[in-house]
Amino acid sequence: MKLKLTTLALGAVLAAGPALAELVFPDLSYRTGPYAAGGIPFSDGYNDYFTLLNERDGGIGGAPIRVVECETGYNTEKGVECYESTKGEGALIYQPLSTGITYQLIPKATADGIPMHTMGYGRTSAKNGEVFSHVFNYPANYWDGASGVVNYLLEINDGDIKGKKLALVYHNSAYGKEPIRTLEELSKKHGFELILLPVDHPGQEQKSQWLQIRRDRPDYVTMWGWGVMNQVAVQEAANIRFPMENFIGVWWSGAEHDVLPAGDAANGYKAVTFHNVGRDFPIYEDLQTHVVDTGKAAGAGDQLGNVLYNRGLYAAMLAAEAAKKAQEIHGTPDITPAMMRDGMEALEITEERMAELGMPNFGPTFAVSCENHGGPGLVGVAQWDAGSKTWSLVSDFKPTDGEVIGALIAEDSAAYAAENNIEPQCK
Amino acid sequence: MPEQLLFAMEVTLNGLMAGVLYALVALGFVLIYKASGIFNFAQGVMALFAAMTLVGIMEGQVPFSHLINGVLGTDVHHFGWHVPGALAILLTVGVMVILAWAVQRFVFRHLVNQEPIILFMATIGLAYFLEGLSDLMWGSEIRTLNVGLPQGINETIDRVTYDLFGYGFFIDNLDIVASVIAALLVAALVAFSQYTKQGRAMRAVADDHQAALSVGISLNYIWVLVWSLAGFVALVAGIMWGTKSGVQFSLSLIALKALPVLMLGGFTSIPGAIVGGLIIGVGEKLFEFLLGSALGGATENWFAYVLALLFLLFRPQGLFGEKIIERV
Repeated sequence: MKLKLTTLALGAVLAAGPALAELVFPDLSYRTGPYAAGGIPFSDGYNDYFTLLNERDGGIGGAPIRVVECETGYNTEKGVECYESTKGEGALIYQPLSTGITYQLIPKATADGIPMHTMGYGRTSAKNGEVFSHVFNYPANYWDGASGVVNYLLEINDGDIKGKKLALVYHNSAYGKEPIRTLEELSKKHGFELILLPVDHPGQEQKSQWLQIRRDRPDYVTMWGWGVMNQVAVQEAANIRFPMENFIGVWWSGAEHDVLPAGDAANGYKAVTFHNVGRDFPIYEDLQTHVVDTGKAAGAGDQLGNVLYNRGLYAAMLAAEAAKKAQEIHGTPDITPAMMRDGMEALEITEERMAELGMPNFGPTFAVSCENHGGPGLVGVAQWDAGSKTWSLVSDFKPTDGEVIGALIAEDSAAYAAENNIEPQCK
Repeated sequence: MPEQLLFAMEVTLNGLMAGVLYALVALGFVLIYKASGIFNFAQGVMALFAAMTLVGIMEGQVPFSHLINGVLGTDVHHFGWHVPGALAILLTVGVMVILAWAVQRFVFRHLVNQEPIILFMATIGLAYFLEGLSDLMWGSEIRTLNVGLPQGINETIDRVTYDLFGYGFFIDNLDIVASVIAALLVAALVAFSQYTKQGRAMRAVADDHQAALSVGISLNYIWVLVWSLAGFVALVAGIMWGTKSGVQFSLSLIALKALPVLMLGGFTSIPGAIVGGLIIGVGEKLFEFLLGSALGGATENWFAYVLALLFLLFRPQGLFGEKIIERV
């Protein structure tokens, strides 16, 4: 009887106590416009992961999650408007899925004390946490992508690519030009010839570039494309009969919709990646049970298993894990953006933890620190099978060239610090 | 033959082919401008809308399915049938005719005798409306379009040029098909405007709206006809470009490629659109080949506009456009 009364009293106290605040995760999505095909699956994956946590686990550490979606149309101005209109809702973290928006938000978010996670995009030198206190780009950045391509070429050429020709077909924009410096340094180091082939936005017409590839006969082609540029490049490569297995895109040129329009001709095309592909993971059973079957899937619910859906899931998982870490550090489920930043900086992703989450080998294992906001930069390679219409990992997550990339990051972040009067430090 | 000369010949041929594709988009602009004096900003989006509709019909997709499912809580996406390409093209032409009627009935009928800038602004609104409608009807996914058009290197040209010069030229089969279709389209359009009653009425309207009305020509009918023809041309352009890149939102941006063609060929000439397209296509490709690497590459977009601007300096009405004489 005494125990019953105690239980009732505790229950009454809990019921009368303040409700746990929501953990707010804004989703700056783009479901419309020329890049919607890439924005929709990412956003669906991002939303579905948080829905799963709410439905299955009651949120994170008992605190419910609220995703605030705002349509950017992949437009930088709209992206900034979305940031301004959502930050007041208690936003814990921003993942803008756009390098242009990221560049605009870096000073704003830093001033507002809200952390950003720009996984595989954004400002590469943000890896230096001593300069970019509120920006994180783990587990990999653009320069890791470039180095990952070269490492893979080294792997399939017994470590020697001296005298080989590598053509870079890139979107003629700040994003597309990102890998050039890294590839130039790596070409000096490994003795391969680098051919640069810019493609103007939007990339619907690439005849000149592919005629040049046909004439110059590079051994390999790598691509930094986005949107229609990817589909046209894969089709043009097929047209000139460039061997698809020697054509390797960055992770923004390696989704299903990039290769499907070319049909069987795209078979063998490859792309570097920082997360796993496909739906052969236990988490998909939970997603089916708690999200899809209950009619709570984001969008049309038809993106599950796609490369960019997995990327959205992965981004949400990393955000949720950082929030959990922040709750542990500060001993409260109601975390603030500042606490979230601490959680991100102390984040450690182990294989055991990924397996617990139903995502074994979904991404590389890594740990974040104040000095290193980008993790170790482990990059894998996926290949497209046109017959089964699936991507599969053909090279596991391996380290990139830290020596070359580290020097470039130190140089670029030092320049940013000097321009903005930032004293590099670990708080 | 020197290697560089062979490459230049290959680039020139590919430039001609690319020019035909640009001209296909420009044709739609010319048709509407010729008959109504409206610069149709929505022409590129019409190509997107037409191609999305074609793929949607071919795949048996339920239009507005996302909206229907969202409102009614249903889960319908497809009718469960596939429509053959030829029939789907016919049905899409029907949709484009309905669109032409709707545009005339709900937009331009109310703007008769307005300033050209007002009409232009209306087409900007139409472009955004059609973009949204296209998304709402068929979704934002990239769709594969296969109406049986061949793609890839033309083996015969490759072999013959290799036997002749020791270097096989690359010409895309799709570009050859596009050239043939463009030639047929231009011939048909010219014949239509010269030898049919409707074509002559169209020309009369283009010359003088008031005079055409006074002899009993229906302005509404002619404008619906013209917008329908422009819709058909948009469908052809959408098929050609959509086969290349998949049908997706970016198709609406092909209009950017048509603008320098129009500036060069003139807004009122069907042959001008073709010749302008060929000049732009060859010019931009050769410039990229000869000077592209020295200038950092990706010169094609801006060079096309520079070339068009140069022509504007000497012939503001374009190569084949009608000279504008304002009497006061």
